[in-house]
Formats: sequence, structure tokens, C-alpha cells
Amino acid sequence: MAMTITEKILAAHAGKTSAQPGDNIWVDVDVLMTHDVCGPGAIAIFKKHFGQNAKVWDPEKLVIIPDHYIFTEDPHALRNVDILRDFVKEQNLPYYYDPGTDDYKGVCHVALAQEGHNRPGEVLFGTDSHTCTSGAFGMFSTGIGNTDAAFIMGTGKLWVKVPETMRFEFHGTFPPYIMAKDILLQVIGDIGCDGATYRTMEWAGDAVMQFSMEERMTLCNMAIEAGGKNSVIEADSVTEKYVRERSDKSYSIEHSDADAKYIFRKSYDAAAMEPVVAKPHSPDNKALARECSDVKLDRSYIGSCTGGKLTDFLAAAEILNGQKVKIETYIVPATREVEHGIRETKIDGKTLQTIFEEAGCHIGEPSCAACLGGPKDTFGRTHGTEVVVSTTNRNFPGRMGSKQSAVYLASPYTAAASALTGHITDPREVMPAKV
Amino acid sequence: MKEKFEGRAYVLGNNVDTDQIIPAAHLVYSLSDPEERKKYGEYALSGVPAEGAGLPKGNTPFIEEGKWQSEYSVIIGGKNFGCGSSREHAPACMEIAGVQAVIAESYARIFYRNSVDGGFFIPFESEKLLTEEINTGDELAIDLKANTLTNRTQNKTYSLKPLGDVKDIIEAGNIFEYAKKTGLIPA
Repeated sequence: MAMTITEKILAAHAGKTSAQPGDNIWVDVDVLMTHDVCGPGAIAIFKKHFGQNAKVWDPEKLVIIPDHYIFTEDPHALRNVDILRDFVKEQNLPYYYDPGTDDYKGVCHVALAQEGHNRPGEVLFGTDSHTCTSGAFGMFSTGIGNTDAAFIMGTGKLWVKVPETMRFEFHGTFPPYIMAKDILLQVIGDIGCDGATYRTMEWAGDAVMQFSMEERMTLCNMAIEAGGKNSVIEADSVTEKYVRERSDKSYSIEHSDADAKYIFRKSYDAAAMEPVVAKPHSPDNKALARECSDVKLDRSYIGSCTGGKLTDFLAAAEILNGQKVKIETYIVPATREVEHGIRETKIDGKTLQTIFEEAGCHIGEPSCAACLGGPKDTFGRTHGTEVVVSTTNRNFPGRMGSKQSAVYLASPYTAAASALTGHITDPREVMPAKV
Repeated sequence: MKEKFEGRAYVLGNNVDTDQIIPAAHLVYSLSDPEERKKYGEYALSGVPAEGAGLPKGNTPFIEEGKWQSEYSVIIGGKNFGCGSSREHAPACMEIAGVQAVIAESYARIFYRNSVDGGFFIPFESEKLLTEEINTGDELAIDLKANTLTNRTQNKTYSLKPLGDVKDIIEAGNIFEYAKKTGLIPA
């Protein structure tokens, strides 16, 4: 029977030859990821139901990546990291990335990829809605709550309703001023913030396959902002090269059958794409960047699992090189590896770090930081009526801290271009060499 | 599982996201510590913009200042209720505040699943959008057997959608009890 990538992966993990949308099946879990915000709650539920001395089903398959509230003095937040530390010790877990040590990484979705926990064909659950990011590796990945995570810790299984798949194809070549973030905001704007509820968003087409792994991760990262269960891109040689440099475990690459059934299909002309923003207060509130030039800004924020990877900072640095920002501009690398890249990678003989410093940006430590507001002392958090252009994923009321602030979601090119002018700016205005 | 329950309505709009249900700054508290978990009740729905809090009038706090439990126990929502984060603190804070049921036209997937698997409350789906018919403060009664919602204040009855795939988990109480019933984990 013809199946999509997602249907094939779920069927294989349920020990079945086929799986159809709507089937409720129990799947075997390859990786469970949790972090400091949801880990302590999941651990408490695990112990409540499986016993105080219970052991997790497979220590090799539980990955704990503290990343949300790390650089804070908040005593409860710090206590939560201690709960993770104690659990890791008690369970003898090999994959834990401890804050304050050389093992610390940063934002879980980027760290999962960089540390070799993403592999094609696998099933990964995480206690974070942006776990769909890992679908960039041709795997099934989705976000769950504390209870489901506790259930997996004890059993290694979870029930899943097999989703219908929506397929988005991009053909041709994207213009040089377009990033994966623009594509994503365009599609979410087209289908709405519940347009993919319970569904898979499958990305395909020659233009998508030209993207690097980091850009593919961005593309998969915001499926949840359209309500999607998971996002997926077929693995290819680009995926395999990235994975092989980071993991020696075996994996299997699944392909969607040519006659697989899709609930929705849409094809886009890559060359026609324009820089897009999402206006307050919903990720589907789409507008073209050039239509928003009257929006005056107080802040530009470049960071998070969505927009804080090396590719994102390279893009920002291309625009900020030799310029000064007009508004407060925050640079928050997702992980230590990205931070290292900022310090080592050069444009015109200057490191990205130097470019950002000379432009007048504030550079923070790798973590989720102000993407989701967080404790009062969080780097880059809003506290008043700030109008922000941000490379993050959500612009709900109060998302970056203050209920009175307003957030415009955009690509790193647009966020950097806007930092130079103080209003929402189409990157084409400040990067003539690329047009 | 209770077959009937009643309570006063607290009406919200479309796309109520998890940052509105429980702002991220509060996610640091323990859900298992009996005292600390009350903080979640205190801050439940505190991120909802004032104009949307308790429709149709708005500006009606879900929790009175200094309290951690609400006088409203049935939430009426529109489309895509609970969109956003996977934080289970969202259904948990509502349960701690005293919510017995949410009735929305549609749900975001993870919120719905968390409500069911964690056994916090039943996420009912209404046959039509109720946010413009029911007023905050209306006396409501839900009859699970008949699958109906009655607005006693307005003397109207609405049918609710069948619980469908998740009915067995709801009846068992949560995913653990369901797994015991089906033999997946030892009873």
C-alpha cells in the first residue's frame, strides 16, 4: 500500500506493515528528549506511577538538555536544574548536558541535531512543542506533555494517532534574500494557525532540497505554529553527511511513495517568494516585509531554535557588516557550537563576533532566552511596550515577556535590515549586491 | 468518571494560546509540591489580554487577587484552544484553579492530548461556536450520558461532539490507567 514517509516510520515502529491516517497505534520510541521546564514534572509523574526506585526503560534513549531558564538567578529555575542533575545521577544517564560545565550545549532542538541524536527513520518525542524541528532529518518527531514523557520513561512506548499528510513543494531556486523563515511564514499565513492541526507538514521540491540542514530545521521548526503534529523532509545526501559526522548508529531512510495519499498539496514557485513577516499577535498574521515599512521598532532580536543557528547569524552579519544598528539588537546563539561558529567564522576577514560588536549589538549566552519571556532577569526579555522584530517562532500576547509589547516575526535578513533602519525593512533595501 | 457536573461559565475567544493560559515566567514552580502548585492556580489564564478575559464584557479576571481557585469551573473557548507550547502546566493550572471541563469548537493537538492523557479534565468539542452565545457567569450543566451542555441561565441546550478515539482513556482516568486496563503495563 502506498504510504508517506510519516506513515512508513510510524508503521515500522508499531511492528506493522502499514499505517493509515486515523489509526491509533502504539509506537516504540527511539529517543525521548526533555529539558529544565518540563523534565522535573515528567520525572515526578514517572516516579509516582512506576515507583520511587523505578528505572527508565533505556538510559541510552533518554536525552536531557537544559536550555530554557539557565542564565537566571531565579531560585525555582535553578532548583529545577538540580532535579535534573539528581535524576541523571540516579539513572546513570549518558546524555545530559549540564549548565555551568563544558558539557552545556544550549537550545535542545539545535543541540539534538549537533550532538547526533537526530537520525533518519527514527521516532523522537520531546517535551517541547518545537520538537517537530527534528523532522528535517527525515524522522518522525513531535512535542508531548509531562505525562506522556513519564509514560515513555517507564515503557518506551506511546500511542499515536497516525496523521494525514499535507505536502508543500517549492520548485526552482529561492532568491538570495529569501530564507527558510520566509517560506515558513508564507505557508503558515496561507493555511492559518490551525491549518495543519493533527497533520503532518511534508516539505519537498528541488528548492527545498537545496537548503542546508540548518535551513531545513528552520523550515520544520514552526509546523506547530500551524497546529501540525510533525514536519518532515526526506533525507538525502545532505542529511546523511550531517548525521554521519555526528552519529555512528545505523538508520533507515524512508521515502514517500509517488502514489501516497495527501490530504492537501500545494506547489510554489521558489523564485517568486518575497520576505515575509508575521504581525502581532499570531504567527499566521502574514504581511510582506515591504508592506510594513511604517512599523517603528524598539528592538531587534536574533536567536532561538528557529533563528539562532550559524546560518542565521551569517545572514545577519552579511547585513550588519560595517554598519551600526539604530535600535537595541540582541544576538543569542542557540548553542555553544553556534557561539563557537560566531567567534570563528569570518566575513571580509572579520569574525561574526567582531561584526556584531562593531555594529553595537548585545551578545548573550546560548539558551532559549527571551524567545519565551521567562524569568524577569532573562536576557533580551521585554518589560514594557517594546515593538520587536524577532527571528523567533511565536508572537502571542506576552510571549517575549511583557503583555504590552508587540512582536513581528521575521527572517534573520529582515531582522538585521530592520536593526539598521529602526523600522521593518525588506532586506533588499540594504543588500543591493544580492538583488 | 462523573456523569453530570455543573458550574459557572468563563468565556474566552479563538486561539487562546498556552502563553495566555500560563505565562512562561511562572513555569518554574513544582506541580507536585502541594503548596507550590497553588501558584499555578493563582496565575491560571493570567496572560489573557484584559479585553478578552471573560467575554462578552472582558476585564473579568479568572482568579480574584490573592486567590488560587476560580469561581468559574467551565471554560468556553472558540477555535484552536490551547495552541502553542507543549507545557502540561497549561491544563494542570486550569485543573488546580478548579476547572472541570473545557468546551471549545476545536483544540490544538498537544493541549488536547495533555488534557486527556493527564486526566486533568474533559476537553469537549461543541457542534458550533458557543463563545458568542454563552456569557461569562452563566450557570451551565454538562450531561455526559446525553452528551449535552445546558445553559440554565439562558434555558438552552446544546449537543456536544462524541468523545471519539480518546473516550476509553477518559473513562479509564488517564493514560496510565488506560494502559493497565489494556494490559500494556502491569495493573
